[in-house]
Amino acid sequence: MITVKVNGRDHQIDAEPDTPLLYVLRDDLALNAAKFGCGLGQCGACTVIVDGKAVFSCVTPLLLLEGKQVTTLEGLGTIADPAPIQRAFMDEQAAQCGYCVAGMMMRAQALLMRNASPSDEEIRNELEPHLCRCGTHMRILRAIRRAAGLMNRADLSPESGAVR
Amino acid sequence: MIGSVLAALAVGGTVIAFAVAWWPAIAAIDPAAQSSFEADQVKRGRALAAIGNCSNCHTMREGKDFAGGVPVPTPFGTVFSSNITPDAETGIGRWSEAAFRRAMHDGVDREGRHLYPTFPYDHFTNVSDEDDRALYAYLMTREPVHAAAPANRLSFPFDQRPLIAGWKLLFLRRETFHPDQSKSAEWNRGAYLVEGLAHCGACHTPRNALGAERASAPFAGGDVENWRAYAINARSPSPVLWDADALFSYLRDGWHPDHGTARGPMAQVVANLSSVGPGDVHAIATYMASVFGSPASDRRRDAEAVLAEVKPMANRASETDTAGASIYAAACANCHESGRALPYGGINLALSTAISSPDPRNLANIVLSGVAPREGERSPIMPGFAGSMNDDQLAALLNYLRARFSTQPAWTGVDLVVADARRTQLAPLQTAAAPRQSPAEPAQRDKP
Repeated sequence: MITVKVNGRDHQIDAEPDTPLLYVLRDDLALNAAKFGCGLGQCGACTVIVDGKAVFSCVTPLLLLEGKQVTTLEGLGTIADPAPIQRAFMDEQAAQCGYCVAGMMMRAQALLMRNASPSDEEIRNELEPHLCRCGTHMRILRAIRRAAGLMNRADLSPESGAVR
Repeated sequence: MIGSVLAALAVGGTVIAFAVAWWPAIAAIDPAAQSSFEADQVKRGRALAAIGNCSNCHTMREGKDFAGGVPVPTPFGTVFSSNITPDAETGIGRWSEAAFRRAMHDGVDREGRHLYPTFPYDHFTNVSDEDDRALYAYLMTREPVHAAAPANRLSFPFDQRPLIAGWKLLFLRRETFHPDQSKSAEWNRGAYLVEGLAHCGACHTPRNALGAERASAPFAGGDVENWRAYAINARSPSPVLWDADALFSYLRDGWHPDHGTARGPMAQVVANLSSVGPGDVHAIATYMASVFGSPASDRRRDAEAVLAEVKPMANRASETDTAGASIYAAACANCHESGRALPYGGINLALSTAISSPDPRNLANIVLSGVAPREGERSPIMPGFAGSMNDDQLAALLNYLRARFSTQPAWTGVDLVVADARRTQLAPLQTAAAPRQSPAEPAQRDKP
């Protein structure tokens, strides 16, 4: 048994220590926002936040997570009350098939928590590990800029979108 | 009487020191018209500049070509590379060909000031006048960029350029390359390039306390920009022996299936060599194969055993009894046991030189920062794990990899290396392939 804290709650997981976090999230905890893309840490679809940093959950074994805080997209907001990053992606319609955007949003969230007003270049560099096959990159860039604007308003601090 | 002898000695000594330290300025010229250089010469100069890896120190990442300003950390402080575009004010636009040749050959700039040996004239002194002429033609036909390099940040007394004259007296051996008539023309061509323009020893030969290459230990391995430049002689830590064919494809493609990929500062070297004609790269490979030498028979047997074992490698059952094994199984094995070809698949780790190296520095760098793909290249890719592993977990993984994939004894002090690698970590998910804008820890490039 390994205890993992996901979106603020402790979960007892009965799995081998080398099980990738992604499988635990999807199969054991029914948190399906993080996607299986390549399984090799090369496409970004499985990205979640661990202790404030974006990591590829498909190549992160369970045993590395003892005592750490995992945040998934489900931990940012809900359909009724989306987090700024989610609202911004919806407002900009920054998805076509949508398979990559959960990962994109998580890395953008980690960036904005660390740097409230990133430059375009910083956003591009940060999102470099993420692939989008539909070509919605320009909308994604706009959405992240919009999210930064939303978060920088007094009533929506970046933290309000972090762990609930 | 004794007083006047001493005085005469002092005066004599001063005159000699002055004669050694003082070089005249060479008259400034009006920048030559670009059309005055022959296209063929410029083209040869381009290939030579790639072999010399000039852009590595003289071009900022995403900066203008050859505009300099790249900080090079040394144990004596930070030296900033100079602008070698033909800009008249901040570059070398007013340098005559003779001034350029003197800089290459003697390490003295046009005004007569000694250049720090961060500029590897201890190798460039071997470059022929003809090749210097082609390099000059190439550089003089680049776009002039107005950019003054920042002042060097060196501590006293290393900020005193006349001291370099003393360094040269002690360590600068001019024209160390002599053709060996008993060897092939190709071998001699390779030796000329390796000992001269390509300056391989600048990273791969260890340096003494004053930052000079140790003549007694050529190619025995050195430290550069927080990476280990492996020994590339008989003491190479590579599990599989190098030969000329393997070197040739590694230097041109950036990887070889039995040896893995060139990353860290070596990535820029292979990127440059990929643009050079096969003849010169093959000559370099031929010469270096002889530098690696003929290994002892037990070393050869070990290497063949490694190859025999990994070639038909099937997925081994993962051992999950230790933290390192579990991390390996989930984070590494998917790629490194996939059997997919390089550069997109991971190399079988039994072939990894980083894991068989005397210290774990390069392995720690790679696991933390990963290997980012490079635009326009068929380059390897690997995610970094700095965000998901703490230092203890990384150390456990490194120790496991060493125990499982190398025949060498366990490393000591892994925790210290890991902590240092984390401290000097490159931007996450970036390689150190291109020169960086900001200096890394000014610690390891052992040269003033």
